[in-house]
Amino acid sequence: MTEWIARSFVLAGATLALLAGVGVLRMPDVFTRMQASTKASTLGLGCLLAALAIRYPETSFVVRAVAIGAFMMLTTSVAAHVIARAAARSGAPLWKGTLLDERPVDELTPPSGGSR
Amino acid sequence: MLDISTTAALAMLALAAVLAFVRLLRGPTLPDRVVAIDLIGVLIVCVNVVAAATTGQQAFLDVAIVIALISFVGTVAYARYIEREDPS
Repeated sequence: MTEWIARSFVLAGATLALLAGVGVLRMPDVFTRMQASTKASTLGLGCLLAALAIRYPETSFVVRAVAIGAFMMLTTSVAAHVIARAAARSGAPLWKGTLLDERPVDELTPPSGGSR
Repeated sequence: MLDISTTAALAMLALAAVLAFVRLLRGPTLPDRVVAIDLIGVLIVCVNVVAAATTGQQAFLDVAIVIALISFVGTVAYARYIEREDPS
């Protein structure tokens, strides 16, 4: 029984990772590509770690699985935010169907001095 | 030796890595390529976790932790480089 649960978690996690790859290839914009990659790959890795912890319910495996999951959930969002800020400041083009851009007008042009 | 779910999972992860490589080659701007490299790092961690769940070796999990850490540091460094780059 637990073996079948682990197998279904493995397949679900790999499917989510494949969706992340498809999203990175097919999305029209830097920011939409980044959100597809970040969310789908984090959830896929979480499913794979759940399959690992179900298949090997021992202390060393479960502790390492929880550590990897917590670390990736922390760092993936931080990395996505940092890339998004860099892309927005370097003037990456938005998708032509974008409806709302909440940045103020003086931030829309990239900074010229390079003070940061 | 490998059951069908593990084989299918590894095939899907490899296909996702191929798609990320296509974006890495085609990406019109530099942040696109950084996003593709970040996704490839996460996919390598996923392959390591599948290998650990298949073989029962704990060393794959340690490798996954180290690769995740290096990928994060590399992504932040690329982002700093993009942000400091002189906009022309």
